[in-house]
Amino acid sequence: MEPKSDSPRRHTLALQVDNRPGVLARVTTLISGRGFNIDSLSVAETMDPEISVITLIITGSPKIIAQIIKQLRKLINIIKVTDLSEMDYVERQLIMVRVKAEDPALRSEIMRLCEIFRAKIIDVSHKTFTLEITGGNDKISAALSLLTPFGIEEQVSTGLTAMTRSAQRQRALT
Amino acid sequence: MSKLSGAEILIECWKKEGVEVIFGYPGAATVDIHHHLETSGLRFILCRHEQAAVHAAEGYARSTGRPGVVLVTSGPGATNTITGLAGANMDSVPVLVFSGQVARMLIGNDAFQEVDIVGVSRPVTKHNYLVLSTEELATTVKEAFYVATSGRPGSVLVDLPKDVISGTSQFSYPKKVELRAYRPHLTPHPRQVAKAVSLLKEAERPVIYAGGGVISSGASEELIKLAELLEIPVTTTLMGLGGFPGSHRLFLGMLGMHGLYRANMAIQNADLILAVGARFDDRVTGALNLFAKGATFVHIDVDTTSIHKILDVDVPLVADARQALSAILGALGEAPSYNNVNRPQWLSRIDAWNQEAPLSYEKDSPDGAIAPQAVVEALYRHTGGRAVIVTEVGQHQMWAAQYYLYDRPRQFISSGGLGVMGFGLPAAIGALVARPESMVIDIAGDGSILMNIQELATIAQEGLPVKVAILNNGSLGMVRQWQELFYGGRYAATILKNPDFVTLAKAFGIEGYMAQTYDQMDTVIEKALASPGPVIMDFKVKAKELVFPMVPAGKAIDEMLLTSTTPKHKE
Repeated sequence: MEPKSDSPRRHTLALQVDNRPGVLARVTTLISGRGFNIDSLSVAETMDPEISVITLIITGSPKIIAQIIKQLRKLINIIKVTDLSEMDYVERQLIMVRVKAEDPALRSEIMRLCEIFRAKIIDVSHKTFTLEITGGNDKISAALSLLTPFGIEEQVSTGLTAMTRSAQRQRALT
Repeated sequence: MSKLSGAEILIECWKKEGVEVIFGYPGAATVDIHHHLETSGLRFILCRHEQAAVHAAEGYARSTGRPGVVLVTSGPGATNTITGLAGANMDSVPVLVFSGQVARMLIGNDAFQEVDIVGVSRPVTKHNYLVLSTEELATTVKEAFYVATSGRPGSVLVDLPKDVISGTSQFSYPKKVELRAYRPHLTPHPRQVAKAVSLLKEAERPVIYAGGGVISSGASEELIKLAELLEIPVTTTLMGLGGFPGSHRLFLGMLGMHGLYRANMAIQNADLILAVGARFDDRVTGALNLFAKGATFVHIDVDTTSIHKILDVDVPLVADARQALSAILGALGEAPSYNNVNRPQWLSRIDAWNQEAPLSYEKDSPDGAIAPQAVVEALYRHTGGRAVIVTEVGQHQMWAAQYYLYDRPRQFISSGGLGVMGFGLPAAIGALVARPESMVIDIAGDGSILMNIQELATIAQEGLPVKVAILNNGSLGMVRQWQELFYGGRYAATILKNPDFVTLAKAFGIEGYMAQTYDQMDTVIEKALASPGPVIMDFKVKAKELVFPMVPAGKAIDEMLLTSTTPKHKE
């Protein structure tokens, strides 16, 4: 094995699993039982209704992540575990933010920001805008830091989901 | 084809899997199954506690390699199986627990005797199932047996709602299991085999460190061949005892916390360690940063997660132990040339360590009390080394591991990874049911034996000639040993006021004998072995005897205590 740094790093793991009751519980039991926290999680069916993909983000040292990946592979319902952090991949997250928008000047300012971040306004009231923003981690945090001064009333988010880039995918298949 | 009820389907599945015996305890949720089981021709052993039923199934599985099957009711019946499921899984023993469950429409309602046993047992089983329809019962049972017995074996629970059991369906048993996500890796990679072979040929001071994997994969013959071919000494873990003959000239005894001096010294001074079906447990390695520092490691294990888990090894070989050893033997050929120049020197150095600190104890004491080690030696003598020895957990377990030599695999049956007190008596039931022709002795402590003492009723009812040898020191000896050595002799919560075990045996209709001198000891053992029925032997042994050698927690395995007063440090 090549020497790696021991410092903890954020890993994005994509788990191909049987689409059956209890599989997500097995994954989370395994990780929480070893005292690790899942930073982010998303689950959905794939094109094949018998298979789901669980995308989870977890922080840990290379040795610990390697052990978690092996333990996950050992679970009977897990078909494939990929550590996307080792590859070229794209990740996206969807976030909904309700910002204060009473002052007309501020309302147009927020709308301009929406254009820049390609965010959608999905709900409007006299006092607020509700925005939908999609993007990777960096874009989302940049948008949030620019919106914070207006006053964020409420914010919800999906987990990150991710995919390898197509060139990488073909390389992996050959 | 006519339809069968879920209960009938379950029994047909068991028959297809070759199940002959089921251990368990009935209840409202499983009464349908018992109704049909009664006329099925299968044998049901009624244990007196569900925990014991699982240990009995473990005893059955550990002594044969065939899966042990348990049937319990819902709720408390199911939760009582958790200790057994966890222990079997840690020791890679194929055990299947079939638990009753309330009807599907009641699940989640806090119904009488309802518990989410699939949720509860998830972290302590290899896999588990909730069967949601009678139609999928047969496929699920087939899959459950396959998962429990393949790859690294383990425990599996199948939860059966009452209406799935009473419902009907066509029955057809699948011929094979296709699991997209589960394909155990059994064949060794030729490149890794080649690397292992060249290391084995070059090594000057090799040691084989064998674990339970040798026994569960049936690799003993290959292991003996390899050791003899290259003159490599062999040490085993507790779980590996019997995997290599105890009386073999190349056998070093057990290693680790209570391992033999020569075994630990050999490991610490080795230049190559071949680990076979072992997982570098903390009781084996002691202080990890000081474990076998000069050695190169080859690690054979069927479980990928065992590799690099504790220790970074040089040549990992993920495969079934037997297949891996066969491949290595194949590559070596009949008369391989290897670095044999220094081998006699290495073996005589190990001999010298044994001269320096052989396994030993004081046989005599001022009050004439029996040394517990002497009881184990006497049992070895009187049985010609041929008995199946089952143990509980504690000091007596270590003495049974040290002083009885096991020449055959599956001859020593003990709870290793989880260390379950109360394991031995029910496990002896399972071992004797599986191999009725054998002599089965439970070497027990006076603490452990009371943890599942109710099984004397099972033994009496089934007429099983289990012999129980209690090494009675009036205390929880292993904890008391730690208190004596490391806690200033404050015996907190370890001193026992025991029942009279002879009278207790009689209450169950079982013969009981007590011995407190060496003469009585031999007479009692002779009487017990001559009796056609079950016998309890109560040996009043020296109360303060300690297990040595001992590696204190956190120390390297060559920093052994050999007696309580003279710590033996490395050279």
